[in-house]
Amino acid sequence: MLSYILRRILSTLPVMGIVAMFVFSLLYITPGDPAAVIAGDQASPADVERIRQGLGLDRPFLVQFGAWLWGILHGDLGTSIFTNLPVASLIAQRIEPTLSLMAITLVLTILIAVPLGVVAAWKAGSWVDRSIMAFAVFAFSLPVFVVGYVLAYVFALQFEWLPVQGYTPLAQGFWPWLQNLILPAIALGSVYIALIARITRASMLEVLQQDYIRTARAKGLDQRSILFVHALKNAAVPIVTVIGIGVALLIGGAVVTESVFTIPGLGRLTIDAILRRDYPVIQGIVLLFSFLYVLVNLLVDVTYTLVDPRIRY
Amino acid sequence: MDRRTVLKGLAGVGSLAATGGLSMPALSQGASARTLRFVPQANLANFDPIWGTQYVVRNAAALVWDTLYGLDATLQPQRQMVESEEVSDDGLVWTFRLRPGLKFHDGEPVLSKDVVASLTRWSARDTMGLMIKAIQNELTAVDDKAFKWSLKAPYPKMLLALGKNNSPCAFIMPERLAQTDPFKQIGDYVGSGPMKFAKSEWVPGAKAVFEKFADYVPRQEKASWLAGGKQMLVDRIEWVVIPDPATAAAALQNGEVDWWESPIPDLVPLLKKNRNVSVDIGDALGNVGSFRMNHLFPPFNNVKARRAVLMALSQEDYMRALVGDDTSLWKPLPGFFTPDTPLYTEAGGEILKGKRDLVAAKKLLAESGYAGQPVTCVVAQDQPITKAQGDVTADLLKQLGMNVDFVATDWGTVGSRRAQKTRPGQGGWNMFHTWHAGADCLSPAGYSAIRANGDKAWFGWPDSPASETEIAAWFDAKNLDEEKAAIARLNKAALEDVVYAPTGFFLGYTAWRNNVSGIVKGPLPFFWSVSKTA
Repeated sequence: MLSYILRRILSTLPVMGIVAMFVFSLLYITPGDPAAVIAGDQASPADVERIRQGLGLDRPFLVQFGAWLWGILHGDLGTSIFTNLPVASLIAQRIEPTLSLMAITLVLTILIAVPLGVVAAWKAGSWVDRSIMAFAVFAFSLPVFVVGYVLAYVFALQFEWLPVQGYTPLAQGFWPWLQNLILPAIALGSVYIALIARITRASMLEVLQQDYIRTARAKGLDQRSILFVHALKNAAVPIVTVIGIGVALLIGGAVVTESVFTIPGLGRLTIDAILRRDYPVIQGIVLLFSFLYVLVNLLVDVTYTLVDPRIRY
Repeated sequence: MDRRTVLKGLAGVGSLAATGGLSMPALSQGASARTLRFVPQANLANFDPIWGTQYVVRNAAALVWDTLYGLDATLQPQRQMVESEEVSDDGLVWTFRLRPGLKFHDGEPVLSKDVVASLTRWSARDTMGLMIKAIQNELTAVDDKAFKWSLKAPYPKMLLALGKNNSPCAFIMPERLAQTDPFKQIGDYVGSGPMKFAKSEWVPGAKAVFEKFADYVPRQEKASWLAGGKQMLVDRIEWVVIPDPATAAAALQNGEVDWWESPIPDLVPLLKKNRNVSVDIGDALGNVGSFRMNHLFPPFNNVKARRAVLMALSQEDYMRALVGDDTSLWKPLPGFFTPDTPLYTEAGGEILKGKRDLVAAKKLLAESGYAGQPVTCVVAQDQPITKAQGDVTADLLKQLGMNVDFVATDWGTVGSRRAQKTRPGQGGWNMFHTWHAGADCLSPAGYSAIRANGDKAWFGWPDSPASETEIAAWFDAKNLDEEKAAIARLNKAALEDVVYAPTGFFLGYTAWRNNVSGIVKGPLPFFWSVSKTA
C-alpha cells in the first residue's frame, strides 16, 4: 500500500508538469494585458508599454516559461504582478478560509446526504422517498448564489443570527469562525447534498436487493444494522467516488460562494487574478488545485480499500 | 428573471426588514466607534500611486501620502506640505519651503531631498509632470527644508500640477522609495499622511487597514477636499472589499460596514428606505460617459463618419441605460467639460443638441464612403457602465445601417485590445466605451482623453491640430477669462473633429450608516473629519 501511495504521488509530477505547461500556454494566448490594467485609464500607450517591459511581459514565450518553471523547481511560485507580494504568501493568506469552507461543507454534506439517501432507499416508493427526492431535485436546480442570498436574508437580515459576510480565522475562536461559515457551507453544500443523496439512494437500492441482505433480515438483524453496517458499507464505493468528485466541484462552487459571502479565499483570489490577468497568481492557484485534486483522487482510491477488502493495490 | 433582478428583490426584502425596526446584530454592536469600516469602489490590488494610477489606488494613497498642495472644494490649489513659495519675476524659478513638523511614518523628517526624488518620479508619469520636465532646467534641494525648480519657460499651472487630484497625484515619499523606477512598483508604503498603511494586515482583494499616524501635524485651516487640516477622528479605517453589490447593501443595512462608497443605482431606492442608512450624491463632479472611435482606420478615419455617429446619437438613451429613469442623476453634455464648473462650455455643441436627425446622419455616413464594412465594437461586459453604453451604441450603429461586429468581452481584454494599432479585422478595433471622472474633465490638466496629438494621443489616436492649439493656449493662459476662451475654442474644435463621443454626464451615490458623520461630496472619499458613534 505504501509503495502504491508513493508511486501515485510520484506519478503526479508529470501530471503537474503538463498542467503547468497547459496553463502557461493558455494564459499566454489569452487576450488581455495586466500592464493596461495597472496603468489605469488615463495612461498613455507608451506608459503601458513601459510597464509591460518592467514586468518582463515583452519577453518571448519560452523565456517567460523557462523563468517561471525554474522558479517552480526552486519552490518559488513567483510574485504577483499587481500586489508585488509572493504568490505563495497570497495563497497562504487565502487557503484557510477556502479549506475551512470546503471542510465544513463536506462534513455537512456527508452528515445530511448519506442518511437521506439511505432512508430514501429504505422507504423506496413511499412518500418519504418521494419527498427526499423532490428536495434533491429542488436543491440541485437552485443556483448557489440564490440559495446564498435567501439564507443571508432569512438568517442574517431577518433573524440576525449570523453575519451577512466576512470571515474570522479559526485562531480567533471556534464560534466566530463557524458562524461566518454556516450559511456559505449550506449554500455551497445544497447541490452536493442533493447529488450525494441521490447517488446513495441508487447505490443502496442495488445493494438492498442482494441475497446477503435477505439473509441478514432472515437472521433477525435490526433495520439500522442492516442499513448502516451491512448495506451502506457495500454501497460505499460509488458514494465515495462521488464525494471525491464533489471535492473538485466544491473548488468551482467556492468561487461563487466566496464572492456572495465575501470570504477572502482562493476562489475570490482566482477570480480577481483572472480579471486582472495576474498570471503568476493564476498559475500558482491552478497548480495548487491540480495537486489537491490529484491528492483527493488518491485519498478516494485508498478509501476504497477500507470499505471493500477485495480491493488491493 | 435575471440575477440582478433576484438580488434586487432580496435586497429589497432585506431593506424592509431593516426599516421594520430590527435591531443591529450582536456582531456589530461590539465594533469600536474608533474603527470606520469602508467599502471601496474597487479592490486595492496594488499600492503604488505613481506606478498604478487607478482611482482606488489614489484614494487609498491620499490617506498615506501627503501632497505639497491640495485642491480644495473651490477647485483651487492650496498649500498643504508647503509653508511658502516664491516665483521669480520671469516665472522661471520656483522656490518652495516645507512647513515644519512634517514626519514620515518611520519617524524620519520629511526633507527636500525626499521631495525632489518624489517629484522626479511623479514627473516621469504624469501629463503635467512631463510638461514641466520638458522645460526643466533643474530640480534641486536648496537645504533640508527648501527646494527649487528652475525652468526654461514659465509654467503658470505649476501649483495646480502639484495639487491636482487627477491620478497620478504628486505624492511625497521618502527618497529611498521615490528612487524606484517609475515603471516599477515600490515595495514599502511609508508616507507622511494622516494614516499609516498596515501592510501586515493587507489581504489584497479582501481588506486593507489604515491606522492613525500619531505624529501627523495637520494644518490649522478647515479641511476642504485635499486641502486644509486633515484631522483624523477615527483611529483605524478598514477597507472591506465586497465585490457583490447586493452583499454590500446587506452588510450596510446589517451594520457590518459603515460606509459604502459607490452603491449601484439599482439598490439606492432600497437603501433610502432604511432608516439607519443615509444616501446622497457622492461626487457632484460626476462622470462623463464616452465612446472612442479609431481614427486610424475606416470608417472612422473619415471625420464625416464620426460626425454622422455624433449626429445620430441620443445622450438621453445612453443616460437612461446607465442610471435609469431618475432624471436628477444625469444631464446632456454637448461638450467635453464637467458641467457647473468654471470652464464648462457648450460652444460648438449643436451637433449633440435637439432632435436626432437619422436621415441626415445616414446621408453624411454615405458621403464618408462607408460601404458596409464591419465595425468592430469592443464592449466590456463586466463593467455595468460600458455594457450599458455598448448596448445602446450597437443599436445606434444598426439604425445608421452599419454592419456591427459586436465583441462582448471583459475590461481586461478591452484594456489590451484598445492599445492595438492593427486593423480591426486583425486584432484591432473601431470603437470602445469608457467613462471619465468629472474631476478629470475640469480642464486639459490630466485630461488625457481630450488630447488629439495623433500617435501620442489616447487610444483612438485622434489628430486634431486645432484642438492641440487650444490645449496649449489653455496651459499658457494668464487668467480665467483667457482660460475660458481657450476652452470654448477647444470644445468647438474637438467636436468638429470628433476627438471622442461624449454620451452624457451622470452622477453616482454614496451611502453610510447614520452613526457616521462628516462625509463630504467630492471626487474621492475624504476620511478626515469623518467620525462615528457607537
